[in-house]
Amino acid sequence: MSDNTTGTKTKEYIRPMPANWWMMKKTFVLFIVRELTCVFVGGYALFLLVLVARRDQPEAFAAWLNSPLLIVLQIIALPMLLYHSITWINLTPKVMVVWRGEERVSPLLIAGANYVAWAIISIVILSISCP
Amino acid sequence: MAASETDQPEATIPLEVFRYRPEQGDEPTFEHYDVPYREDWVVLDALNHVKDQIDGTLSYRWSCRMGVCGSCGMMVNGEPKLTCAAFLRDYYPEVIRVEPLNYFPVIRDLVINMDDFLHKLTEVKAWLVPKEEKPVSQGEYLQTPAELAHYKQFSMCINCMLCYSACPVYGQHPEFLGPAAIALAQRYNLDSRDGAADARADVIFSDEGIWDCTFVGDCTRVCPKNVDPAGAIQQAKVAATKDWYRSVLVPWGNK
Repeated sequence: MSDNTTGTKTKEYIRPMPANWWMMKKTFVLFIVRELTCVFVGGYALFLLVLVARRDQPEAFAAWLNSPLLIVLQIIALPMLLYHSITWINLTPKVMVVWRGEERVSPLLIAGANYVAWAIISIVILSISCP
Repeated sequence: MAASETDQPEATIPLEVFRYRPEQGDEPTFEHYDVPYREDWVVLDALNHVKDQIDGTLSYRWSCRMGVCGSCGMMVNGEPKLTCAAFLRDYYPEVIRVEPLNYFPVIRDLVINMDDFLHKLTEVKAWLVPKEEKPVSQGEYLQTPAELAHYKQFSMCINCMLCYSACPVYGQHPEFLGPAAIALAQRYNLDSRDGAADARADVIFSDEGIWDCTFVGDCTRVCPKNVDPAGAIQQAKVAATKDWYRSVLVPWGNK
């Protein structure tokens, strides 16, 4: 309620937030997409658990990986996980603030270091798993 | 000069302005005004023209008209903007829709109730609490340029509340402290002269504080002074996490 100088209170208008608030702006849509990619990150964690559980049956596991369902899931999951990784690596400089005297270490350097680490780890894993 | 003026009518640009007059009814309306289009005019100039020449009943806040006071924040075509910094030429010839700042109760027309924000500023103690009090006779509290640099960006906040209008978390949970309040708390926490970081911790490191933030990042995008409140909140999250680990792993350590 608002007070005006005569002492009576006027009724304030509250605008409700629409249920489709996340569709109203491009930045909100991209935010929701980013959050939804976490479902695929969780899915990949499950996948790794299955991988470990089936480590003694490599042919059965490989056959399962080639089933249509798994192929579709992998085709969807790869861009989701790439989007997840890229958006979060790009946000790392906001979280990791490194000072050198009066200047901040360049955000490009911090994000870049993360990309380099990602590339190196990927190369190592690929060279181990695909000789 | 009069002799060389043409008979052509002045170019105009249409405005759709949110009107809410509680004494006239419960529902808001939109009113249409055609204002002169001038290359150097901002939306605030258009509103002032409406109030001066067309409809004196229009209510809105403004002050410095140069982007330093934070008074004239409104939604312009759905985006929170300082109306003194939104140029007509960026919208011409399309219609400009002017509404009160999102997620705040509307008192009248374009005037919102900002009590919630002001209350949060006191909750986070958005002022300097010196580490050691010293009398004026002992001189100033000294600070190096490097120490100043640590918090300078967050000190640029003009309390315009555009960030609150951009934050969907605040829109859905008004208990959320919000971007500006947390950025200002960080401004003082990072100030080498300040000693109240512990006092602020209970308020900021809470579910209504930093942990309600999901890092949408729109607050930083709309901030007219490049304060980067989203960055301030994430830095506070890192500080809170370090604090927690320290309290768990080194419980005997003094603060």
